[in-house]
Formats: sequence, structure tokens, C-alpha cells
Amino acid sequence: MLTTPSLDYNLLAPILIVLGGALLGVFVEGFVGRAYRARIQIIIALVTTATAFCWVISIHNLVSQTAAVDSVSIDGGGLFMQGAILALAFVALLFFTQDDHFAPQASALPGSQEEAAAVLAGVQMTEIYPLVLFAISGMLLFPVAHDLITLFVALEVLSIPLYIITGLARRRRLLSQEAALKYFLLGAYSSAFFLFGGALLYGFSGSLSLAMIRNAAAVPGANHIFLLLGIVLMSVGLLFKVGAVPFHSWTPDVYQGAPTAVTGFMAACTKVAAFGAMFRIFIVGFAAVQNDWRPVFVAISIVTMAGGAIAAISQRDVKRTLAYSSITHAGFLMAGIIALSKAGLTSMMFYLVAYGFATIGAFGIVTLVRDSTGEVNDLNRWAGLAKKSPGVATAFALFLLSFGGIPLTAGFIAKFSIFTAAYASGNIAIVVVGVLSSAIALFFYLRVILIMFFKEPTDDTVTVAIPSFLVTTGITICFVITLVLGVYPNLLFNLANTMTTLVP
Amino acid sequence: MDISNYLYLSVMLFTIGALGVLIRRNAIVIFMCIELMLNASNLALVTFSRIHGNLDGQVASFFTMVVAACEVVVGLAIIVTIYRSRRSASVDDASLLKN
Repeated sequence: MLTTPSLDYNLLAPILIVLGGALLGVFVEGFVGRAYRARIQIIIALVTTATAFCWVISIHNLVSQTAAVDSVSIDGGGLFMQGAILALAFVALLFFTQDDHFAPQASALPGSQEEAAAVLAGVQMTEIYPLVLFAISGMLLFPVAHDLITLFVALEVLSIPLYIITGLARRRRLLSQEAALKYFLLGAYSSAFFLFGGALLYGFSGSLSLAMIRNAAAVPGANHIFLLLGIVLMSVGLLFKVGAVPFHSWTPDVYQGAPTAVTGFMAACTKVAAFGAMFRIFIVGFAAVQNDWRPVFVAISIVTMAGGAIAAISQRDVKRTLAYSSITHAGFLMAGIIALSKAGLTSMMFYLVAYGFATIGAFGIVTLVRDSTGEVNDLNRWAGLAKKSPGVATAFALFLLSFGGIPLTAGFIAKFSIFTAAYASGNIAIVVVGVLSSAIALFFYLRVILIMFFKEPTDDTVTVAIPSFLVTTGITICFVITLVLGVYPNLLFNLANTMTTLVP
Repeated sequence: MDISNYLYLSVMLFTIGALGVLIRRNAIVIFMCIELMLNASNLALVTFSRIHGNLDGQVASFFTMVVAACEVVVGLAIIVTIYRSRRSASVDDASLLKN
């Protein structure tokens, strides 16, 4: 006698709404005339993310519980991550609306007549929006997934659309295609490790559920060889997604090659999803063997913080600089996992939101600095930007200061709380290296500010584009949140404090 | 026959795939090596499923197949695009992005 599994649509609604919006977008591609598509797709994408966000808020006070036959866990930690992803994605989508980011026809050869004809006809690739929505739905599922199949499927649902949209930049298309190839091959490679790790964990415990893996790991005297091998291989997949140091080499290339609006989205939202999932896997699944994996994570965190900061110093390209800065931040965020405490989770949540908005804002500003051929990413040509557009330069400076962790910006509170949590858990080495790499990182953030504010403009071809209404809104939201969270951190901190529950 | 032999086979296939990705230079071959790794994981899942006497692993292997199929679609599209614009599928030729 089979019983019908219950799906708890109320709890899964945020994911389902976004998936529904994506499918609707696919229909629009098929049935709506080219002239109206872009506008309709933008509206669908913004409305679905906003609706899903409101739904997350409406269920955020529910008791922790599992849904969809124990494969998804709806709890404070998971819902906070979902809310953060949706809020960040909404703002990131505002930057997608500039119509000159994406190749008019991705299948046309770069520099061919077909491409020129498509540009002339004003064709736009509106398929971007459904693809982004698919990626968001995977990101929403990843941090709440409670068994290994769901984790793997969510990982792929979030990655595969990103591989495609990485290769769709309008200008420098060869670079963009190359970035897509690298991202795809390395991403698939790391997913294969993730999957084999999952298979070994299943072999160890006889179950795919994180809770059962934890129970099996807690049995004293059990043979842990499959468990430990599984943890190692699974960590490879997760650390690749967050861009931690031994697995970071794709980050600068992909961030540089992808269309800049996509880079901002990817840098912020993927990180929230991956850290959310990582926290759940390691706390819920592997806490019993923490003495085995924690020292390795401490080492990786230290190498990531220091490596990212040192490599960033010599960069000449804005997008690569921001990419290395995101690697450094991945190291700081790992301190939250290593802390293995409620304080660690709270500070990691705050950090992800603070970092996410500053990142999206920063990449949004990179899209505005242009010359006749497109974006200008060479830092030296940014000289004297403050004279050309004081507002844009000030906003960029604020985001950089927040990355650097200067007081009165969100980044300071984030760093302070995550190091406090790491210190409380007895990991003093992380705190020392973290503060030192913050100092190194600050050096290159300040260098960019110096170039923008105190150098004379040398290149008259570089201009700051007048942003559209939506783009201005996006930058303003990021600016205000970065500033407000720096001055009144409790607005978010208290919320994060109440949302640290995790389904065991 | 001892069932653990299937595990040895799956580990060997996985290792061959993992090494192949690092050694080979043609994007298509690299991609085939990744597929080999996914299939090795499938074999491990099914073997463990047999050892534990439950069906979870077999179900998981179906999911893996579907995901692998999706990856083929997207991956080949990306590789073909690169090939069309460069007339080469070697990953060494794709080197515009450097420090």
C-alpha cells in the first residue's frame, strides 16, 4: 500500500514561485513578439523574486520542520539564507536591465555578419531572465536541502544556468566564451567530486539523509574511513563553489570574462547559497567528527584569506581585483563555519548580506565606467573618476571601504562579529591571520580610492554613463544598506540572532 | 563474486576520469572524463545500495543520469561555440584570460 507523499506547498512556495516564474519566462520566449519580450521578462523576473521574498518573510516565524518527505528542512537558518538570496537577486536583476550587457545573438560568430545584423536589428537576448530565475531556484534549494540527492540536484540547478550566462557578454566575446568553458569544465569536475563524496557517505551510513549520516557518525568505534573520504571529496565540491584557495583559480577568470551584471549576481548569491549549504552539511551532518575536518578548514581558511589578499595587490583590472577580494572574503566567511556555534552562524549571515550588497553595488558601478568600445576595466584609466562623476566615485569608495572593514560600514561589523565568533571558539590563528590579511586587503582598496580621487584624469575617452532609473535604484539600495547596516547593525543582527535554528 | 570488487572498479574508473581531466587537452575528451567520473559515482551508489539492501542509492543514480544529461547539453553547446569561433577545442588555446 503506497501512501501519497505530502509536499507542504506552503513551505516550498518560495522555490516553486521562482521556478514558476522561470517557466513562464520560457513561454514568453516562445509566444510573445520580440518587441515586447524584454519588458515582460524584466517584470516577470522582478515580480517573482519580490513575491518569493515576501513569502519567505511570511513563513519566517514557523517552527523548524522538514518538508517534502524530509528532503528539505525549513528552519531559521535556511529561511534567512533564502531571504538573503532573494533580496540580493532582486537588486542584481536591476543591473541586468541595461540592454547592452549581453550578446544580441549568442550563436552568431564573434565579428561575423550575422552578429552585425543582429546588433543592427536591435535583437536582445531575453533568455537571460528565465536562466537567472532557474539559477535562483537552485540557490534557494541548496541551503535548505537535507539529503544528498537534493543537495546534488540543487547544486547543478544553480550551476548549469550560470555556465551559460557567463558566456553571453556582448563585448570581448572570445574572453567571455573562454570564461564559460573554464567555469563549465572546472564546475562539472568539482560536482563529480561532490557526487562521489556523496556516494561514499551513502556507503558509510546506508542513507542519503544528513540526519542519518550524523547518527551513523556518532556511533563510537565505527569505521570512519568512508565517512572521512566522503567529507574530503564533498568539501572539494563545496570549496570550489565558494572559491576557497586550492580551488579558486577559476574565480578571477570567470569574474573577468562574464558580463559584469552576471558577475555581481554570481559573486553575491552563489556565495550565500554555498555557505548556507556548507554550514548545514558540516553542522548537521559532520559535527560528530569535527576534530577531523576542523584543522583542515582552519588551514584552508588561513590560506584563502592571505592568498586572496596578496594576489589582489598586483592586479590592474577592476573585475580581477574584486574577484580576488571575493576570494579573501570566502576565507573570512569560513571562520564562521569553523566557529561551529550559533554566534558563528549569526555573524556569517550578517557577513553574507553585508558583503553581497557591497559586491553587487561595486560590480554595478563597474558597468557604468565606459569608453566608446564598452566597459573600461583597466584601473589606471579610472584615474580622476571623482572629477567626472563624484557620486559614482563616492559610492564605489564606500563599497570598497566596506570590503576593507572600515568602521561605520557594514563590512566592519561583519568582520568584527565573525572574528569574535572565531576567537570565542578558540581559533586564535584565524583571527590573527584574518586581521593581517584585512590590513593587506585594505592597502589595495585604498589604492583604488586614491586613483579615483587624487589623480588627475588622464584619459578623456573614459566617461561615466548616465545610469537608467532601475540601475540608479539598484546602486542606491546597495549604498543605503551598506551604510545603514554599518551605523545600525542591530536592525539585521537581531533578526539573524533569532534565526539560527537548524533542523537536526 | 565478492561485491566489493564493484567498488574497486568504481574507484578505478573515478581515478582514471580525474586524471584524464588533468592530463588531456581536448575539451571534448576532458568532458568525457568528467562523465566517466559521474558514472563511476553511479556504480558506487548502486553497489552500496546492494550492500545496504535499500533502494536509496539506485534512486540517486537515476538523478545523476538526468543531471549528467543536462550537463552534456549545456557543455557541448559551450564547447561547440568555442570551436566555431576558434577552430580548436584545445583548452591550451583558450588562454586569453591570464594574470
